Amino acid sequence: MITARYHREVPQRYRLEAGKCTKCGYVAFPPRLVCPKCSTKKFKPIVLKDEGKIITYTVIRVGPDKFSKETPYAIGIIELNDKLRLTAQIAGVVDFEKLKIGQKVKLVFRKIQDDGKAGIHMYGYKAVLA
Amino acid sequence: MVGIVGFGAYLPRYRIKAETIAKQWGMDANSIIRGLQLNEKTVPGQDEDTITISVAAAKNALLRAQIDPQDIGALYIGSESHPYAVKPSGTIVIDALGIGPHVHVASYEFACKAGSEAMYVAANLVKAGEMKYAMGIGADTSQGAPGDALEYSASAGGAAFIMGTEKVVAEILFTHSYTSDTPDFWRREGEDYPRHGGRFTGDPAYFKHVMGAATALLEKSKMKPSDFKYAVFHMPNGKFPQEVGKRLGFTKEQLEVGWIVPWMGNTYSGSSPTGLAAILDVAKPGDMIFMVSFGSGAGSDGFIFKVTKEITKVQNRAPKLKDYLDKDKIYLDYGEYAKFRKKIKLNE
Repeated sequence: MITARYHREVPQRYRLEAGKCTKCGYVAFPPRLVCPKCSTKKFKPIVLKDEGKIITYTVIRVGPDKFSKETPYAIGIIELNDKLRLTAQIAGVVDFEKLKIGQKVKLVFRKIQDDGKAGIHMYGYKAVLA
Repeated sequence: MVGIVGFGAYLPRYRIKAETIAKQWGMDANSIIRGLQLNEKTVPGQDEDTITISVAAAKNALLRAQIDPQDIGALYIGSESHPYAVKPSGTIVIDALGIGPHVHVASYEFACKAGSEAMYVAANLVKAGEMKYAMGIGADTSQGAPGDALEYSASAGGAAFIMGTEKVVAEILFTHSYTSDTPDFWRREGEDYPRHGGRFTGDPAYFKHVMGAATALLEKSKMKPSDFKYAVFHMPNGKFPQEVGKRLGFTKEQLEVGWIVPWMGNTYSGSSPTGLAAILDVAKPGDMIFMVSFGSGAGSDGFIFKVTKEITKVQNRAPKLKDYLDKDKIYLDYGEYAKFRKKIKLNE
């Protein structure tokens, strides 16, 4: 059921909550149960910075069904100011020729998709040019 | 002292010009621009709705207030475009902001005055000593039927206000509400677009209720229009707030800063609240502000604010309304606008 999974992911999708390994300092986003670096199971929750830069990007011109009416749009790998990298849509770009690697972005709260016509709205983060 | 401790606004980047809409329906753009005093309006992105606008405005309010979100005891969102018919908008907003779960949340609806209702209740809960802080938000992605006069005005945006008692930037001195059953504008359950009573929305609705609340507020406070630096009234179009200001004895200069409707459109529940945010962006300590909202159905909430010396500390902590209004605009043609506003029937 999509609502259960969506609800489980709210802390990371809404508030950028990550898990920081209490032993080696590895930051897991989304949070993990076991640290991939030192196998410790103890994490403390931290909130990531909402500012960063574009590491790389691509422009989607033929999107999957749910996003086919939103094309063209850019998807990028964003490195946040605390060095963690994540994938996000880069929203509100009009001229893709002007999009550049290294450009500063800010993560904002947007609607990501709907579960069909009658299902839930699903929200999360997208990047916008800073 | 009870009042606003943090405020923030948000407007989407997308715009459509009145002349683009007029051209689509074969109307005379100049008569719309002159008559309604509307040049262009904001349009929500495909990924924006009342909830995302509320989050963006509330984040700006929190940047200004610099308080722990956990100290907020209530959050109310007024809108006539809540994304769900059944499910509160505020639960998503509190989780996005790190407020709660020990918090009282509700969605308000009263046409264009749902935002000022949220502010009114938030302020009075703080005044009653029930909680340290409460947030009231007015936000909308309002609907106008294709070809209807409302299509030139119905826009998107919102403003959020955190009420509290410490480091108040604008003290609430007086409030007054004026309400009667007046069917000037409505949307039945399941309908996509609202209906309205045409010219009936003027004198028996907007003017009667705004004047009713404003006159009572002036009597209650024993103040006169010339005592205020700024005034803001609900802005269904450019003409009505100017006219009601004139009838009450306010000057164009007093209205100018909050009169953002010609370039923003009517953000419904966010209308007078965004006007208030534009005023607070530039207000100076000691300035008096007069605000009266209007919601069809019909009613008005009036507020008198006195700006404190704290205002100058918070004004630059977050983007200003004019930043959103004037910068990075993306203009849409009518086809793009129709797609963004989901006016085109698709195969699901």
